[in-house]
Amino acid sequence: MATSNKSRLVDEMKMQSGQDPNNCYQCAKCSAACPVTAAMDLLPHQVIRYLQLGLEEDLAKSKTPWICASCFTCAARCPRDLDLARMMEGIRLVMLRRREGNKFGPADLTPEQLEKLPQQALVSGFRKYNK
Amino acid sequence: MRYHYFPGCTLKGQAKNMENTTMAAAAALGIELVELEEWQCCGAVYPLYEDELITLLSPVRTLAAAKGEPLVSLCAACHHVLKRAQELMQRNEEARKKVTDYLEVEYTGEGRVLHFLEVLRDDLGFDKLADMVKKPLEGRKVAAYYGCLLLRPSKVMQFDDPENPTIMEDMLKAIGADVVKSPYRTECCGAYLSVTEEAVARDTVSRIIDSARSVGAEALITACPLCRYNLENCAAEDGKEPLKIYYFSELLAEAMGLQFDQLMSAALERRRSSNGNK
Amino acid sequence: MPRTGVFICHCGTNIAGTVDIEKAVEASRNFPGVVHADDYRYLCSEMGQDLIKKAIEDNKLERVVVGTCSPRMHEGTFRKAAAEAGLNPYLLEVANIREHCSWVHKDIEEGTPKAIALLRAAVAKAVLNESLDAPELEVEKRALVIGGGIAGIQAAIDIAEAGYEVDVVEREPSIGGRMAQLEKTFPTLDCSACILTPKMVEAAQHPNINLITYSEVEEVKGFVGQFDVKIRQKARSVDPVKCTGCGVCYEKCPAKASSEFEMGLSKRKAIYVPFPQAVPNVPVIDRDACLYFRKGRCQICEKECPPQAIVYDQKDEFIERRYGTIIVATGFDQMSPSQYGEYGYGQHPDILTGLEFERLFNASGPTGGKVVRLSDGKPPKKVVFVQCVGSRDKARGMNYCSKICCMYTAKQAVLLKEKVPDAKSYVFYIDVRTAGKGYEEFQRRAAEEYDVAYLRGQVGKIFPEGDHLVVHGVDSLSGKIIEIKADMVVLAAASIARADAPDLGRIVGINSDSYHFFNEAHPKLKPVETHTAGIFIAGACQAPKDIPDTVAQASAAAVKAVGLLSKDFLKGEACTAEVNQAECSGCMYCEAVCPYSAINPVEIEERYHGGTLKRTVAEVNPALCQGCGSCTVICRSGSVNLKGFSNEQILAEVDAICLQR
Repeated sequence: MATSNKSRLVDEMKMQSGQDPNNCYQCAKCSAACPVTAAMDLLPHQVIRYLQLGLEEDLAKSKTPWICASCFTCAARCPRDLDLARMMEGIRLVMLRRREGNKFGPADLTPEQLEKLPQQALVSGFRKYNK
Repeated sequence: MRYHYFPGCTLKGQAKNMENTTMAAAAALGIELVELEEWQCCGAVYPLYEDELITLLSPVRTLAAAKGEPLVSLCAACHHVLKRAQELMQRNEEARKKVTDYLEVEYTGEGRVLHFLEVLRDDLGFDKLADMVKKPLEGRKVAAYYGCLLLRPSKVMQFDDPENPTIMEDMLKAIGADVVKSPYRTECCGAYLSVTEEAVARDTVSRIIDSARSVGAEALITACPLCRYNLENCAAEDGKEPLKIYYFSELLAEAMGLQFDQLMSAALERRRSSNGNK
Repeated sequence: MPRTGVFICHCGTNIAGTVDIEKAVEASRNFPGVVHADDYRYLCSEMGQDLIKKAIEDNKLERVVVGTCSPRMHEGTFRKAAAEAGLNPYLLEVANIREHCSWVHKDIEEGTPKAIALLRAAVAKAVLNESLDAPELEVEKRALVIGGGIAGIQAAIDIAEAGYEVDVVEREPSIGGRMAQLEKTFPTLDCSACILTPKMVEAAQHPNINLITYSEVEEVKGFVGQFDVKIRQKARSVDPVKCTGCGVCYEKCPAKASSEFEMGLSKRKAIYVPFPQAVPNVPVIDRDACLYFRKGRCQICEKECPPQAIVYDQKDEFIERRYGTIIVATGFDQMSPSQYGEYGYGQHPDILTGLEFERLFNASGPTGGKVVRLSDGKPPKKVVFVQCVGSRDKARGMNYCSKICCMYTAKQAVLLKEKVPDAKSYVFYIDVRTAGKGYEEFQRRAAEEYDVAYLRGQVGKIFPEGDHLVVHGVDSLSGKIIEIKADMVVLAAASIARADAPDLGRIVGINSDSYHFFNEAHPKLKPVETHTAGIFIAGACQAPKDIPDTVAQASAAAVKAVGLLSKDFLKGEACTAEVNQAECSGCMYCEAVCPYSAINPVEIEERYHGGTLKRTVAEVNPALCQGCGSCTVICRSGSVNLKGFSNEQILAEVDAICLQR
């Protein structure tokens, strides 16, 4: 296992989100609470574990941060007072800022979606997946 | 009772119905909602990354425009963003200085930031609402669906008990509906994942709908246009009669005895008066 | 200037590592009054003490300063040594150059001058020291135990067996406490009542033990050896002498209230004993529930009572007694999980806490010992246990581990399998913590022989669905989301301090931690002592603990209490406050701030312009004064001095540090 405690992703995520993954004791309540784990390749608590171990490359490949819907359920129930929604946003933003590409843009929308989707969905989708 | 009102984009677009019905019901209840003269989109999502201050410019401008007086919104997402932006401005002096310096405004956003449901509960009172109801929704089995944005994070939103909220049920009781409680009423609908990962939203929505059906609900109410979109468009097509999804305000207006033509004339009047303003 | 000796300890490298000892000794020789200075590797050793004693005799030293560790560690040791060499022990002064200096500095260049400054200050103070004598205080040969659970019972029996009288004050109508509510005890599965009730009876029958039930301590005054305690004995409305315990009253009583003993799962009568083996077996009338007290009629119990023991107009009574020592053993509460909305506690009858579930096993419990769902009376086939509900939770609960839950959950899962053989148990846990004799083996047996499924992870939310409770959890070891359609959910709710523990702490004069558990005087070396001399703690009021630890701690507290009671006299505090009444203005602020009620106003007569003048001034009772010094700092005219810490001495220390570098 390529564990390195020095990870730029972790450092930047920590600084920006104000969340320290080392505060997590892996009770996995976040995963038990998360409504969208079905589509995740790493469960939420595993994302924190990867952050603890500095497994930056694996995190960069993971779908999970992009599946997170920022519903804040994990943060509401975390016994360690960690805000995993912020950590997920942190990972997303580090990736987007590295210009590893926008995940989603207006061109990806079907005409039907454009017609029916509430404006709120479009704005929030672009905000989360686009820089 | 007079409040500043922040509509947000969706209420002028896909969720026009929520605005129309709320405005008509509010008028009938003696609540005056005065639309802010200039407003921009709130940004739809609250930035969770602390240096994303640029996305706060718009909500802070809105907060400042309320000049310390109560500010009401209807859309769950708008309310969430405004409430959290206000909390950040109060908590983080550095962020407040940066944003207000950039905007060249004095920060006067300390007033109450309210969702319309809170106005009904805290300022009008559900007892009073019940007295004013003209056409109680007797025999209608309705469940509430809260979603995420009004409830969480509860320390900031202070809307209701985040796991066992009652405000929507209490409103439904006040307007005479037969309230049923669905266990999945605070679970996320999938939010904007319906745009990018529709399968995920289908999964979350199906559970919410099944749960509501299992307790005998004929309809669900929500305060969020995106929740409503997902609940209507991402439900599994299982041959069953689709569950009716309403904005809370639609049933409220109905209970206030407001008919379609009254709603339309109220909307028209508002349109004309706002044109007259310009 | 008194002849002063300075002795500096290396404490191995603890001090010598960051203080240049040689330089410090050299510098000490030049302090005013110092005629002798020396150093030694371990001054606290016998050799070190002999070195001091010999130097006192050889150099005719009148004051001694030791530069060592904190006076809390070895001041007593060195004062004793000084006394053996013929010096009044209070003429010895400690300069703390370890905790206050060498341990906080990394650099010898910084450590050395600081140590020298501290030594200079100590010498400046020491030359002003006076010989002091500690007063002798009489010891009242009687102990008070507050709390009649297993801790209080054990402590009382041990003290009584040592030959001393002991009173046990219990708030509830019966002694027995939490242990009386348990069905079986881990890891041996012996019946809790079978091992507890003999002790309850022993306590009741012991000639040296006096049980004061349905009573609360309202006031504690005085000090070690002489605590004056006021106890409120609540009106039972039943004459305990006449009552035969026949039970006709509660059989006939028509009024009901929620049973505290059954955790609210069933009703008891308005006149009741909390459980069948209650000691004393004398009912009480719950006046909030009694029809006669509420509405003025009924009186059935009075009519039916064969020995006519019902006394409606009984009043609360007060007992005022003096005790030599007090043991606080007030136990714990279980946190209500209702704030964990995701678990739905309180919203569904089949979601229980651990203690509630325990009552279902008990033959006299709410279900008569049948383990069934409270919703429909059917035996549960799938039971989910959730660990750490409120424990290890700094966001919404308690940051600590409640210590007993892992074991009682394993116990309950085993008992369930015995009562409902086709039941399956699932335990969601974060870590399984089973440190204790036979504990690990027991927990493994639960997993291996009783088919208890341990799932490493937590529960996100519980959704009631039809007849079932759908439990959404996760098993972090497999990385799988787990959904269980359970019949019953048992929440291992955190063990917490009694809600009113801080109030009792204030009454008794002991402090508690941020969780409201009572503080021990030292986490390792004084586990049953408190910071108040003569008051000891035992059991779960100090921290969550199981029965073996509680009993061990109770016996430990009893030994401490007995040790104290075995003395006829105690040495009091020598460093007490003293009022210079000529300067005292009589404002009596000192009386207001004194925590020991040791200061009183007195009237004195003074000569004034040929006549006499009557004036009120403060006076310190040295027997009560504990030398805290509050009065000296509040005194506006500076006329209160603490012996051994006089204003002049403190200023001399400050001058010694500030005026010379």
